[in-house]
Amino acid sequence: MQECRLAAFDLACRRGDRVLFRGLSLALGAGAALHVTGANGIGKSSLIRILAGLAPAYAGSVTSEGAIGLVDERPALDPHLPLGKALDFWRAFDRAGADAVDLLGLTNLLDVPVRYLSTGQRKRAALARLIAQEVPLWLLDEPLNGLDVSAVALVEELVAAHCAGGGIAVVASHQPIALPALVALDLAVLAP
Amino acid sequence: MSGRLLLLLRRDLALLLLGGRRGGAVLPLLFFLAVAMLFPFAVGPDAPLLARTGGGVIWVAALLAAILPLDRLVEPDLELGMFDQWALRGISEEAIMAVRVLAHWLSFGPPLMLAALPAAGLLGLDGERLRVVEIGLLLGTPGLAALGVMVAALTAGLRGGAALGGLLVIPLAVPLLVFGAGSLATGGESGLAFTAAVSLVLLAITPFAAGAAIRNARS
Repeated sequence: MQECRLAAFDLACRRGDRVLFRGLSLALGAGAALHVTGANGIGKSSLIRILAGLAPAYAGSVTSEGAIGLVDERPALDPHLPLGKALDFWRAFDRAGADAVDLLGLTNLLDVPVRYLSTGQRKRAALARLIAQEVPLWLLDEPLNGLDVSAVALVEELVAAHCAGGGIAVVASHQPIALPALVALDLAVLAP
Repeated sequence: MSGRLLLLLRRDLALLLLGGRRGGAVLPLLFFLAVAMLFPFAVGPDAPLLARTGGGVIWVAALLAAILPLDRLVEPDLELGMFDQWALRGISEEAIMAVRVLAHWLSFGPPLMLAALPAAGLLGLDGERLRVVEIGLLLGTPGLAALGVMVAALTAGLRGGAALGGLLVIPLAVPLLVFGAGSLATGGESGLAFTAAVSLVLLAITPFAAGAAIRNARS
């Protein structure tokens, strides 16, 4: 696993004319796992997008080292393609070596067009894409949504293994997630 | 990097040409031919009149056909979060948009030039006019493709973006129409040269305008 680091200094986020949170600083090194919690609309997803560099911060700065992988509510898989083909596009794009299709129990679904998959199955497919990407920084926005109990345990296992291997995981979720060495960050504390 | 752009081009072509989403390249083509077929019915069997106006009709039909695929050029990828994933992999929006212009042109430019042959037959164009129309389409359709991608990116994510996009393309395509169809009246190179010039301008600014629009739609 390549070197990785994720740090934010004095971040603030604004949606419309409302400041969602401010004064957020964090520093994560290899093996760190951060659980971002808080009520709906408090800025969990916005924080993930700011950390990913996809949205500008209202104030503050983010520095990161290492490639970033993102899983959010959109699977980024072509809905009309069979799951196998849709994943193959990203595998070719990422020149992927790792294959998590078996691990995530998707083998039987490879011929099914993505639009016929359930919410939980799509989430697992997105995680398969993330694992194949082989990046050290994982940003997960509500990764447990729509997953059944066994899949939740599986995701916890995968994230734990990723962190044990020297990666960083930031998980934004209102659901509890069990990970070793998990640091919790409640955004409600930072609301103005 | 170039390997990844080839992958993008292959995906775009599969989506736009073969119709992974909603229709593919056949629908605009049939629409184009339908317009060329309807015009003689409406105007009547006046062969000289048809031959004189036919070139202009082909151009208008081509422009309208280019509007049809607008809503599937950019919007679906934005909804799917594809642009976010590409951004995280360090692919610039400008490169993605340049590839998309190429794919969009390949999916409707050459087919339209082919369809112009039967359309010219229906409208009774002679060989010389057909030659000018074909050269004009070859020079003008890249501009139409660029314009389509630019407007699709600008209106992506807006409510009623597709209808708005169609309305935006029409006035912006007027220069192409004036010079492209105008070259028929003068029968000359100058109209074709202006058509090519307009196309080049549109091709040059589209990747940057569309790329900026995507980044803006994302945040």
